[in-house]
Amino acid sequence: MSVVDLVSYEEALATYDPVMGLEVHVELGTKTKMFCGCSTELGAAPNSQTCPTCLGLPGSLPVVNATGVESAVKIGLALNCEIAEWCRFARKNYFYPDMPKNFQTSQYDEPIAYNGYLDVQLADGEIFRVEIERAHMEEDTGKSTHVGGATGRIHGASHSLLDYNRAGIPLIEIVTKPIVGAGGRAPEVAKAYVAELRELIKALQVSEARMEMGQMRCDVNLSLRPHGREKFGTRSETKNVNSLRSVERAVRFEVQRHAAVLNSGGTIVQETRHFHEEDGSTTSGRVKEEAEDYRYFPEPDLVPVAPSRQWVEELRAALPELPRVRRNRLREEWGLSEHDMQSILNAGAIGAIVATIDAGAPADQARKWWMGELARHANESATPLEELPITPEQVARVAELVAAGDLNDKLARQVIEGVLAGEGGPDAVVEQRGLKVVSDEGALGAAVDEAIASNAAIADKIRGGKVAAAGALVGAVMKATRGQADAARVRELILEKLGVG
Amino acid sequence: MTDINTIESCVRLTAAEIAEKIASGELTAVQVTEAHLARIEAVDEKVHAFLHVDREGALAQARAVDAKRAAGEKLGPLAGVPLALKDIFTTEGVPTTVGSKILEGWLPPYDATLTKRLKDAGVVILGKTNMDEFAMGSSTENSAYGPTGNPWDLTRIPGGSGGGSSASLASYQAPLAIGTDTGGSIRQPAAVTGTVGVKPTYGGVSRYGMVAFSSSLDQGGPCARTVLDAALLHEVIAGHDPLDSTSIDAPVPPVVEAARNGSVAGMRVGVVRQFRGEGYQAGVVQRFDESVELLKELGAEVVELDCPSFDLALAAYYLIAPSECSSNLARFDAMRYGLRVGDDGSHSAEDVTALTREAGFGDEVKRRVMLGTYALSSGYYDAYYGSAQKVRTLITRDFEKSFEQVDVIVSPTTPTTAFPIGERADDPMAMYLADLCTIPTNLAGNAAMSLPCGLAPEDGLPVGLQIIAPAMKDDRLYKVGAAVEAAFVERWGHPLLEEAPSL
Repeated sequence: MSVVDLVSYEEALATYDPVMGLEVHVELGTKTKMFCGCSTELGAAPNSQTCPTCLGLPGSLPVVNATGVESAVKIGLALNCEIAEWCRFARKNYFYPDMPKNFQTSQYDEPIAYNGYLDVQLADGEIFRVEIERAHMEEDTGKSTHVGGATGRIHGASHSLLDYNRAGIPLIEIVTKPIVGAGGRAPEVAKAYVAELRELIKALQVSEARMEMGQMRCDVNLSLRPHGREKFGTRSETKNVNSLRSVERAVRFEVQRHAAVLNSGGTIVQETRHFHEEDGSTTSGRVKEEAEDYRYFPEPDLVPVAPSRQWVEELRAALPELPRVRRNRLREEWGLSEHDMQSILNAGAIGAIVATIDAGAPADQARKWWMGELARHANESATPLEELPITPEQVARVAELVAAGDLNDKLARQVIEGVLAGEGGPDAVVEQRGLKVVSDEGALGAAVDEAIASNAAIADKIRGGKVAAAGALVGAVMKATRGQADAARVRELILEKLGVG
Repeated sequence: MTDINTIESCVRLTAAEIAEKIASGELTAVQVTEAHLARIEAVDEKVHAFLHVDREGALAQARAVDAKRAAGEKLGPLAGVPLALKDIFTTEGVPTTVGSKILEGWLPPYDATLTKRLKDAGVVILGKTNMDEFAMGSSTENSAYGPTGNPWDLTRIPGGSGGGSSASLASYQAPLAIGTDTGGSIRQPAAVTGTVGVKPTYGGVSRYGMVAFSSSLDQGGPCARTVLDAALLHEVIAGHDPLDSTSIDAPVPPVVEAARNGSVAGMRVGVVRQFRGEGYQAGVVQRFDESVELLKELGAEVVELDCPSFDLALAAYYLIAPSECSSNLARFDAMRYGLRVGDDGSHSAEDVTALTREAGFGDEVKRRVMLGTYALSSGYYDAYYGSAQKVRTLITRDFEKSFEQVDVIVSPTTPTTAFPIGERADDPMAMYLADLCTIPTNLAGNAAMSLPCGLAPEDGLPVGLQIIAPAMKDDRLYKVGAAVEAAFVERWGHPLLEEAPSL
């Protein structure tokens, strides 16, 4: 990385207020593309999901995906936007090999949703309102892979490969109004906004919004202005900041970099910048010497989109509970602190926990397993929690077995391990691994007798009233039964037999 | 059917007659196809109507029609009738060049909806016809593959952009043809070759698979030697297509019925003041005035109309069409199909795109791409593209007002008869004026027809009469057209085309 002068974050904030603009692209989870019938399934062989329309072959024409429009309206409504009564697509003209028609079918001055807001909750519970400028529909481009260069960028590459499977996948671009007043919390607000937006998109079931899969991508625009000044400074546009942590880091880095430039009497260049995951820095991309002229004009191959008011109201009525409202409700129901709830959110465990509770488990048990054993597994295997090969129903069954005394915690962990290893459901794992708690009183009684006999000194102490010493005998019994006894029952038996029950 | 006389008589039949003879078993589709292929072989070297003759494909389609008939299946009204397809519609596995070098050698992987409908109807596609590159022109001189001659006088233009289609009809190489009309490219070639051409209502015929020039103006339509033949073809190709969002989801107007029942009795026919004056050839005006008199004789009431916005139509058209074309033609970048120039390891992708477009596009295409790019640029958009759209609204209103007073409007199709090849090649403005009377209809999206109304006395060349009807009233064109055609044929004693010199 090139060496960039930075001032400390605190020093930057002493002089300047950050102003942010966030542009988030969400790939919709529709079955087919925005303007043709091709599949949107990820992972197919390159260029296998293409047709004349998404390849931009001469003569081909687009037809709007109705589900795409419905998803856009849902997103707009959830973001408290006004929904256009009549709007058109527009062509954004520029040449690039991954764009088959050399124009992107998008929306320009007539977005389907505009003028809304999203309330985001910061870690300490404070609510920050982020105003939404617009949400509009457009299509994704194909994917370029630049081969032969050192950086994977086109510069220095010997050739490029193009995969048009992604070309035409529906995108919703959500643009905030300038976010002012966040002060030192700007990076946190940016991260919380993107996180909240992601939860919202998932709750609406219009996309899985997985940032690591490129289903949600964020551009961070940032400028600084000295305290008390009304006019915004020149902004930089950091592209493709594709994780929540990166959003926070990119804002922080740009604040420090801008401040250093401004403090030294320099001027900020309006430019595109690349974000680097390795060290959280940004570097200069393309300088926008003159504003790009996309020669937008209304798309003549499509008819206007005019969502009827009745339909919009039907969609509004069917909106799910907003994630933030739901989280706060659950937090109260579960009696948790903001911090604990935040951990659950960060772990991506809310849905799984709720589903486990719905499957019959007590709330504390559901939380315990998902945030403990399962979160650890997810972490170790770098798998999103909800994609672990175990269902909420299975977790609830484990909790049920524990509550019934059939399993203890240690055994339950082994059962979960077995389920995750693909050995079947909890009952099958118990059966195959022979993990049932030893509750046969006869067998247990014999083990207790043996433990007392071989630990006479300890047994005497207990008889003498040192009940705490029973732990050692419990341990011996558990060892003898290879952990398959109910420790509480073992303790009871020991005390009973030694006459101190 | 190698007998020259049999070929001669077969190729002079109308499409309706051919279909009838095939249905009755008097002729086979293969015989008819072979006769037309032989005619093409005999005369197209001189005319150059075709860019590509699909001999094998045509014969296979003809054999399929004959097999269907032999199997006792019902045949469609145009089954086995040969057709010349403008090289702007995609044909799976058959070259589609749009008259441009940039698509030389491209074999489309799919059929246009119109192509599919023709095939489904058993129409035999003989091949692809010459055209001005990307349909930009009024003479077919802008084809990258050389000009087409007008069968009336091979040194003159056959009109454009669909000069190959009109010339194929006028030289009896095909009884039916397909054209596309963005500013007059069906009607003006029909006018200057003494044939019939119809621009249906915008949205009446699917544009899916029709290589776009100006999306909001382009419209495919039927070309023929008689009004009835055009109607039969119109019915085959028209109708809603879910693959074209701008296609109209409504029943096709009853065009065949109208063509079989031609009449103007009691109709009100409008004559627009703006469609005459400077630039109109005397013989054209004379034949047009005679046509108006004929309409009166046939029982129509003639009403004079004032449509002041029509004077602005040409200017608006030459902003809207180039604007849309500058975007539509951006896809020709050498990345996925067609011509590729400079891919020798020393040029970047961007260089290759630039070199290919420089080599692959002709002057007129470049002129319009540049005009359109400029007109859409920020800072100029409102003044140019925005103003042109306002003019378009005014023109639509002038038509609406007119159609409150009249059932159809008539005008000369084009101000002059066919001009000599080369005469206007270096004078784009003179060339653009050929579409003066046809452009308002494209801007408004309504329907219009051109049919022959005589020969201009001063040069003996065909003059076209244009009939314009409101959107989705395409049947009126055929009702009026059939009446006028019948009256003229009676007056002349034969179809006008019989006066064309033999090739």
